Amino acid sequence: MERNYDVIIIGGGPAGLAAAVSAYENGAKKLLVIERDREVGGILNQCIHNGFGLHHFGEELTGPEYAGRFADMVAKTDAEVVTNTMVLDVADAGECRKVSCISPERGYCEYTAGAVVLCMGCRERTRGAIAIPGDRPAGVFSAGTAQRYVNMEGYMVGKRVVILGSGDIGLIMARRMTLEGAKVLACVELCPYSNGLNRNIVQCLEDYGIPLYLSHTITDIVGKGRVEKVVVSRVDGGKPIAGTEFEIECDTVLLSVGLIPENELSRAAGIEIDPRTNGPVVYENMQTMTEGIFASGNVVHVHDLVDFVSAESIRAGRAAAEFAQGKRVGGDVITVKNGDGVNYTVPQKIRPENVDKGVEIFFRTNRPRHDSVIRVRSGEVEICKFSREHMAPGEMEKIRIPSVLLAKAQGEITVCVEDKEA
Amino acid sequence: MYDVLIIGCGVTGAAAAYTLARYDLKVGIIERFNDVACATTKANSAIMHAGYDPKPESRMAPLNRRGIALAKEICDKLHVEYKPMQSLVIAFNEHDMEEVRALYERGLKNGVSVKVLDHDELMKAEPAINPAAIGALWSDDSAIINPWEFATAMAEVAVLNGAELMLSTKVENIKKNADSLTVVTDKGELETRYVINAAGCHSADIAKMVGDDRLTQTNMSGQYFVLDKAEGAKVNSVIFRCPDENGFKGILVAPTVHGNLIVGPDANPARDGDDVRTTSDILTMLKARGLESVPSINYRNIIRQYAGVRPTTQIKDFTIDISPACDRMINLAGMCSPGLSSAPAVGEEAARLLSASGLKLRAKESFKDERPPVVHLASMSADEKRALIAKNPAYGKIICRCETVTEGEIVDAIRRPITPRSIDAVKRRCRAGMGRCQGGFCSPRVHELISRELGIPMEEIPLDKDGSFIITGKTKA
Repeated sequence: MERNYDVIIIGGGPAGLAAAVSAYENGAKKLLVIERDREVGGILNQCIHNGFGLHHFGEELTGPEYAGRFADMVAKTDAEVVTNTMVLDVADAGECRKVSCISPERGYCEYTAGAVVLCMGCRERTRGAIAIPGDRPAGVFSAGTAQRYVNMEGYMVGKRVVILGSGDIGLIMARRMTLEGAKVLACVELCPYSNGLNRNIVQCLEDYGIPLYLSHTITDIVGKGRVEKVVVSRVDGGKPIAGTEFEIECDTVLLSVGLIPENELSRAAGIEIDPRTNGPVVYENMQTMTEGIFASGNVVHVHDLVDFVSAESIRAGRAAAEFAQGKRVGGDVITVKNGDGVNYTVPQKIRPENVDKGVEIFFRTNRPRHDSVIRVRSGEVEICKFSREHMAPGEMEKIRIPSVLLAKAQGEITVCVEDKEA
Repeated sequence: MYDVLIIGCGVTGAAAAYTLARYDLKVGIIERFNDVACATTKANSAIMHAGYDPKPESRMAPLNRRGIALAKEICDKLHVEYKPMQSLVIAFNEHDMEEVRALYERGLKNGVSVKVLDHDELMKAEPAINPAAIGALWSDDSAIINPWEFATAMAEVAVLNGAELMLSTKVENIKKNADSLTVVTDKGELETRYVINAAGCHSADIAKMVGDDRLTQTNMSGQYFVLDKAEGAKVNSVIFRCPDENGFKGILVAPTVHGNLIVGPDANPARDGDDVRTTSDILTMLKARGLESVPSINYRNIIRQYAGVRPTTQIKDFTIDISPACDRMINLAGMCSPGLSSAPAVGEEAARLLSASGLKLRAKESFKDERPPVVHLASMSADEKRALIAKNPAYGKIICRCETVTEGEIVDAIRRPITPRSIDAVKRRCRAGMGRCQGGFCSPRVHELISRELGIPMEEIPLDKDGSFIITGKTKA
C-alpha cells in the first residue's frame, strides 16, 4: 500500500513541533503536522509571560517566543503543516496508520503514514468535573479560558477574583489579572501544599500580596446572573470542616484544579491508557502499546515545564521516523511500577534492547519531601538509588538508570521514594 | 389585539403555541428569559415516561399516554433527537417488589406495555444492573429525548407560522376588561382576548393576577450529575428506583440522547421557582444511590451538575382548566413530571379549552408543519462530509472539539428562526460546549461567532440569562 507520509504528527503545539523537527532530522522526509487551531504553537501562544526555555535554550523566553523558535525550525524542513484541521480518527491499517481529518480548505481527508505521533496536549479540569456546588452564574472560568480572553482577545473577565487551585496557570493568571487592574482576593488550595512551581508562588502571589489559603476549598458559589460571592471552608483530608466557612465577595472564580491529557482519539483507536496518568502507556522510545503510534508531551502525562515536553517529543519524533524507515524493536520488556510515594512513571515499559547508555524515567511524588531517597528495585534487588534534597508534586522528577544497572532488572522494576534515614 | 397570549415558553407553552399555529389566530408568546426552554424544560430527566406512574383517575394518566404518542410523531417530523428505550423500575427487596406490582397494575389500567421481570430476566435485559436487584418493572413504551430541542422545535414552527415571540419580557399584571384582557409587562401593555398560563414554577402567581387563587406553588428542586459518554455507553435502559414515600419517582440512571449518562434527581423543596443551585449533601447522596443501581458508574467521568425545579402545586396533579375566576384564562399549571411527556397532549387540550370558552378555531390553510433542518456533521458519512464541506468550508472548521461541532453548524444555530443570543442558547441549539471540557476551549470562539453574526459587541453577549455577563471590559491598551 502506497502511503501518503512517513510520519503524521497530530498536534502543532510544543510537543508536535519538536517531534516534527526530530522526525525530519532522523530521516522522515515526508512529514505532516496537523493542527486544529488557527496557528501552530498550541497553548504557548496565550502564555505571554516569560520563564520558558531555560533548560532547552539556556535563556528565558515567553511562550510565543518559545513556540516561534520551534515553528521556525519546522519551517526550515520540508514538513507540511496544516492548520484549522481536526483529526477525527486514527486507525491501524495493517502496514500503515490511517488518519481521518477535516478542514475548511481540504474538506474531509484520509491520509496514511508509516508512523503517527500523538501530540494533542491536555485540557483543564472544569467546575463540573470537581462538582463545586452552588448557583450557576457567569464568571466561573478555567484559568486557561480566562487567559485566552485576556491575552489573545483583549478582554477582561472580572474585577474581583478568587482563584481555586494553585496550579501554575492559576498562579500566572493571579499576576496577570492583578497587572490588568483586577483585585485578586485569594488563591484557595485544597491540598496542604501548593501544586504549582515554587517560583510561581513567589513571583505571582507573594510579590503582589495575594493570600494563599492552603487546606481550603470553595464550598459554595453564589450569584444570580454573575458570581456575587463564594464560600470558602477549611478542609481536613480533602473534606470541608463545618463551622470554618467564610465568605469572599467577588465577581469571578478562576479554576486551576488540574489538567487532563486529551486522549479521546487514543481511546477510540484502542490504544492502552494508563489510569494513573490518563495518557497512553508508553515504551522507552514513546511508542504506545499500539505499534507505529507514538505519543509525547502533555497527552502522555502533564509536564511542569515545556522544555521537558520538547525533550520527550524529540525522542518520540526520532523513534517514529526510525519506525517509518523499518526499524523494529523486540526483546524483553521490563514493566515499571510506581511504589510508595510515587504517583506514576513514564515510561511504563522499557525494552533493554532499545536502551543505549541509559534510560530516563519521569514521575511525580505524592507530597512535598525533604532529604529523601528514590529507590529503584527489581524484586528484592535494589538496582540504584538517587538522593533528593527537595521534591514536590508540582514538579516532575527525573531519574536516569544506566543500562549496566538496568541489566540487573528481572521482569519489572519499582520506583519508590523514602525519607532519608537520620 | 391578540387572540391568544401564551405566558411562558417552556415545553408546555411551546406545545400550546405549536397547536395553535395551525389555526387562523393572532398568537403572542411572552417569555421572561432571553431564550425559550430556559427553566424546567432544560433541566429534567429528559425522558418520555411510559405512563405507569400516574394514578388512572388523574389528569396526568391520559395526557401522558396521548403525549408520548404525539411526541414520537413530532420528533420524527421536526427531526428532534428522540430514542425509544426500555425503562426499568428496579426492586431490591419485597417491599420494592410490592411497589413494582402496584406499578404493573397501574400500568395495565393506563394501557401501558408492562411486564414484571424476575432477577434473571432483569439481568438479561440490563446487564449493568446491580446483581443484588431481585426484580423490576419493565416497559418498552418509554424513550429518551432532547427536551430543550423538543420545545424549541415546536416554538420554531409556531414562530414560522406567525406567532410573535417576545423574549426577556416579564408579565407584571393582568387587567380584566369587558371583552378582553390587558397583560401588563415590563416592556409595555398588550391586549388579548385570551391568555394561556404556561408559566411553570410561577403559574400560581399568574393565575392570581386574574383572581384565581386556588393554586399554591410547592416547587420541588431536583439535582443531577451528567457524566461523560464513556459512562453513557454502560447502560441501555432508563433505570428507576421505586418511588419515594412522597410519590416522586426514585433516583434514576439513564443515558441521554447525546450518549452521556445522567444520575438524579432528588426531590427537595426549592427556595423559589428559580432555585437551580446544587448542594454537596444532595450530590453526595446521588452518587451513592446511582451506584446502588449501577455499580460500574465511574464518577471520575463527571462533567457537570445541574438542578431543575418541578413546577408542582398543592394539587399534586396537572391543573388544566378554564380559570373559574376568569373564562379568558386557560391554566396549564402544575406541569411537573410527566409534564414533558404530556406536553403535546396538553397543547391540544389548551386548544380545546379555548374553543370551549368561545374562541373560534379555524384551520389556517398556509400552516406548514416543518422547520429548517439541522445539519449534524459528526453523524454523516465520509462522502456526505466531503460534499458538505466542499459546498461550505465553514462545515470543515471544528469549533467545539469535544462534541465535534463546526463553525457552519454554529452559524446555522445562530440563524435559526428563534435567534439564540447567549453562549448557552447556542449550546442548546447545536451542542457546542456541552462536552467534557465544558466550553473551556470553544466558548471564546462561540462568543466571537455570536458577536460577528448578530453584530452585537462581545461585552453584551451573556453566558446564559440576561445579566450573566462574561466580559467586564477591555484589557489595558
